[in-house]
Amino acid sequence: MSTDKTLTPPPHTEPVVFTRDMLDWLPWLEPMAEADMTEHHIRSLVDAARVKSPYFRLLARDPDVLEARTRTDKDIFYNPEAGLPRAERELAAAATSRLNGCIYCASVHARFAATYSKRVDDVQRLLDEGVEAKLDERWEAIVAASAALTALPMTFDKDHVERLRAVGLDDAAIADLIGAASFFNWANRLMLSLGVPATQPK
Amino acid sequence: MTDVIDSLVGIGPGSKLDAIRAQRTEARKHAQASYTSLFEPKDLGGVSADERHAVASFVAGLHGEPKTDAFYAAKLPAALRTAIATEVAAARTKGPYGHFPKGPLSVEDAPGPTWKVSDAGRASLGPRLAAAFEHTHMLVFHPRDASAASLQSLLDAGWSTDDIVTVSQLVSFLSYQIRVVSGLGVLASTL
Repeated sequence: MSTDKTLTPPPHTEPVVFTRDMLDWLPWLEPMAEADMTEHHIRSLVDAARVKSPYFRLLARDPDVLEARTRTDKDIFYNPEAGLPRAERELAAAATSRLNGCIYCASVHARFAATYSKRVDDVQRLLDEGVEAKLDERWEAIVAASAALTALPMTFDKDHVERLRAVGLDDAAIADLIGAASFFNWANRLMLSLGVPATQPK
Repeated sequence: MTDVIDSLVGIGPGSKLDAIRAQRTEARKHAQASYTSLFEPKDLGGVSADERHAVASFVAGLHGEPKTDAFYAAKLPAALRTAIATEVAAARTKGPYGHFPKGPLSVEDAPGPTWKVSDAGRASLGPRLAAAFEHTHMLVFHPRDASAASLQSLLDAGWSTDDIVTVSQLVSFLSYQIRVVSGLGVLASTL
């Protein structure tokens, strides 16, 4: 029998809508204490600043997986070479998070999608109305493909690929979309199951 | 070693998808490193190799991805493979469903089953894997229903905090790997 315990987060307000506001995240399991982290653990964070994040200090309990996860994430979203524009990789991440119900992940990636696309109203409509929201042909095709990759059973098929091509995505862009939506099926499950989002004090 | 995603999709050297994946060298390399860290780690810690492959095979089975399932199931003893296949058949459903925090989003609440391992399954899997499979079913089909109580069930079954992080990564990584394999497979069929 494990002597470990779950944590009861301090008093907080859980967000009850999808939002672009900055949110906090409170863990249900004990993150590593900074003082207990070896060089190996610190290296697994990739960005040293993440030592302040309870989420990353919790995942640092399996450092090699965390490091590989983070480096996968960074290349899928930040690699500027060819493929899908950053704004639309973020759109795919936000749509996936909206469908799975990860309010925290959706907030982060909706902010990025809005910043890079400057289409604040469209991004907010996705958050408010969900993956069926009216956007424009290109964004609706990207959101529909992300939703089809997220649904179980998965419904992503040749028709989605053709629809993406018809709105201007080439093969590399479609592969990026697949990477971004798939990656958020990874990220959403960690974020949703290891802790809870909280609104930040005004 | 062979890249698992390439191998499951059937991406050969010099193919169009090989060239496309080569534009995301780091993602390709570290998706593979994620696999290696989960299934061939330097130190297994508190999660045995059989437990790791059992969870992966169960996730792939729930997704209805026979090729990925076969890849992980091949690493397991036959009795465990059979027990997993029986549970998968009873556990498959549609997702994602679940509840939102009470408020304006409650109109979007989509009810669905909280799945439990069968009595026979519990006997063959043992209490640790049975608890992990119940948690896995929630993570796969209705992750927004997660709560501290789900984690407490894992602790009660003998998983430590470190182990739970690893098990959570296993299920979540598989949720990624399966979709990449499926998505790239669809894309490949149109090239």
